[in-house]
Amino acid sequence: MEVVNDFINYLNTNFLSRVTIEQYAQASLDTLYMVAFSLILGALIGIPLAICLVTTRPSGLLENKRVYQIINPIINFVRSLPFIILLFSLHSFTYFIVRTSIGTTAAIVPLTFYVAPYIARLVENSLLEVKSGIIEAAESMGATPIQIIWHFMLPEAFSSLILTFTTATIGLIGATAMAGAIGAGGIGDVAYSQGYQRFDDTVIYICVAILVIAIQTVQSIGNYLARKARHE
Amino acid sequence: MIKFENVSKQYERNGITTQALQNINLTIQKGDIYGIIGYSGAGKSTLVRLINFLEKPTQGDVIIQNQSLNQLSNPQLRQVRRKIGMIFQHFNLLESKTVYENIAIPLVLIKKDKQAIKQKVYELLEFVGLSDKAHSYPKELSGGQKQRIGIARALANDPDILLCDEATSALDPQTTQSILELIKKINDQYKITVVLITHEMHVIEQVCHKVAVMEKGKIIEHGNVLDVFGHPKHKTTQNFVSSVINDQIPAGVVENLLEIEGDKNNIKLFKLEFLGRSASEPVMNSLILQQKVIVNILFAHMSEIEKTVLGSMFVQLKGSDSNIEQSVQFLREHGVNVTEIQHWENN
Repeated sequence: MEVVNDFINYLNTNFLSRVTIEQYAQASLDTLYMVAFSLILGALIGIPLAICLVTTRPSGLLENKRVYQIINPIINFVRSLPFIILLFSLHSFTYFIVRTSIGTTAAIVPLTFYVAPYIARLVENSLLEVKSGIIEAAESMGATPIQIIWHFMLPEAFSSLILTFTTATIGLIGATAMAGAIGAGGIGDVAYSQGYQRFDDTVIYICVAILVIAIQTVQSIGNYLARKARHE
Repeated sequence: MIKFENVSKQYERNGITTQALQNINLTIQKGDIYGIIGYSGAGKSTLVRLINFLEKPTQGDVIIQNQSLNQLSNPQLRQVRRKIGMIFQHFNLLESKTVYENIAIPLVLIKKDKQAIKQKVYELLEFVGLSDKAHSYPKELSGGQKQRIGIARALANDPDILLCDEATSALDPQTTQSILELIKKINDQYKITVVLITHEMHVIEQVCHKVAVMEKGKIIEHGNVLDVFGHPKHKTTQNFVSSVINDQIPAGVVENLLEIEGDKNNIKLFKLEFLGRSASEPVMNSLILQQKVIVNILFAHMSEIEKTVLGSMFVQLKGSDSNIEQSVQFLREHGVNVTEIQHWENN
């Protein structure tokens, strides 16, 4: 333990200028916190939306033009806003919900808004990939729509869903960096306020390295789990 | 009993209406193996899906065990579907689940208890001969094995009816054979009514009791396989029959014959069709022994349908006109269908 501390001290004093290892660690944790929470909330909103889209679409299991024609444009609308714009335009709403519009927790609100429709679209695509023959077989067995979703569509789409959430996670990591602009904390915040604004390239490069490693790791884990889900 | 009452079905897509089925009237008796044959686009897929109401008719009604499907609510319809098993050309097994889980699904849907499910699944695996594959995944199986699992899954809920949608079309001939035998066994052992659709005549020939021939959304001919095969009336039916029973003289035989005889006017050719009794009696032997003609058998094809032999034979008869006349008479008396062939040389 002492060796590690010595090493950190050495780095802090000789190499890393203003930003300490502890600060990078804290920033990484902040990023993780924001990604995890908004991913979970986004999934809780996005998956039901996706199921609604798939089942109510024309010739879907529970075809319903009205529902589909309400949900579909809303998702398109939110999806068409760049995250940075969403961040600014939601700030009063954020304040209303979490009683603050700056900081890590505040960032979770726009992040969730950003990722939920994204997840809805991705999950929708994954579910639509399930072969129509499987659905037909399910119907021929007398499965109810809920059973078809639960026992047939979700298991068959599982591997694809894992990749979907990998993509969503990576998208979120990117978005958290932008949330640094409202002082959300996290790696993006460090790169912006400690690196870019103070002309400290070392800080920027270290942040880049941390993000690259994070994204590579997420993608590798996602690929591995998806492969496993396909029983390969 | 399955009954189609004046069923029609139209599809509308982009303002264009397609008539998939037109005035279908058909009764399928309990315990039958009923084949529906037609080229692709004839409407047979739609027809078979009317039985479990995956497709709903635009006009008419489908009656199953005295229940009009038109009048059922969705939950009632699901009850009916649970007693109708279905197997598919591309199997439609869940890739994400093991063989065991696939077969168990229909029972899981009706919330059977685990022990009962286990017992049933192993019983079915045994029946289809794949007891050792319970924990394999579908992708580890061959086409024939996948279809066996499909069959086991279709039987899980003890159905009264089994629908086979081109169930052997994706399989090689040998595997097809074994699947057909399994279907026969299901019909024999469990007394399940089987409705199968196919574009392959040999499938009908091997397992079906009754057949309906479809073309352009209509049933053009139907009845006992033997009757329909023995006396095909429509061109399409004749084409299907000739795919299993060769009723053309091969070109090589014609060539040889012309070479030997020189002039085609010297040759009298007859097509003899044997059906049932006439096929099992030594008619040809009697002909040769009792009549003053020389019989030259050029080409013959025999086939067994529903334990009855169906055959066609091309013979050249040599002798005086009156003797030939008498021979033809003799054959007809013995139940052989005789036609003189006039324009055989163009074959």
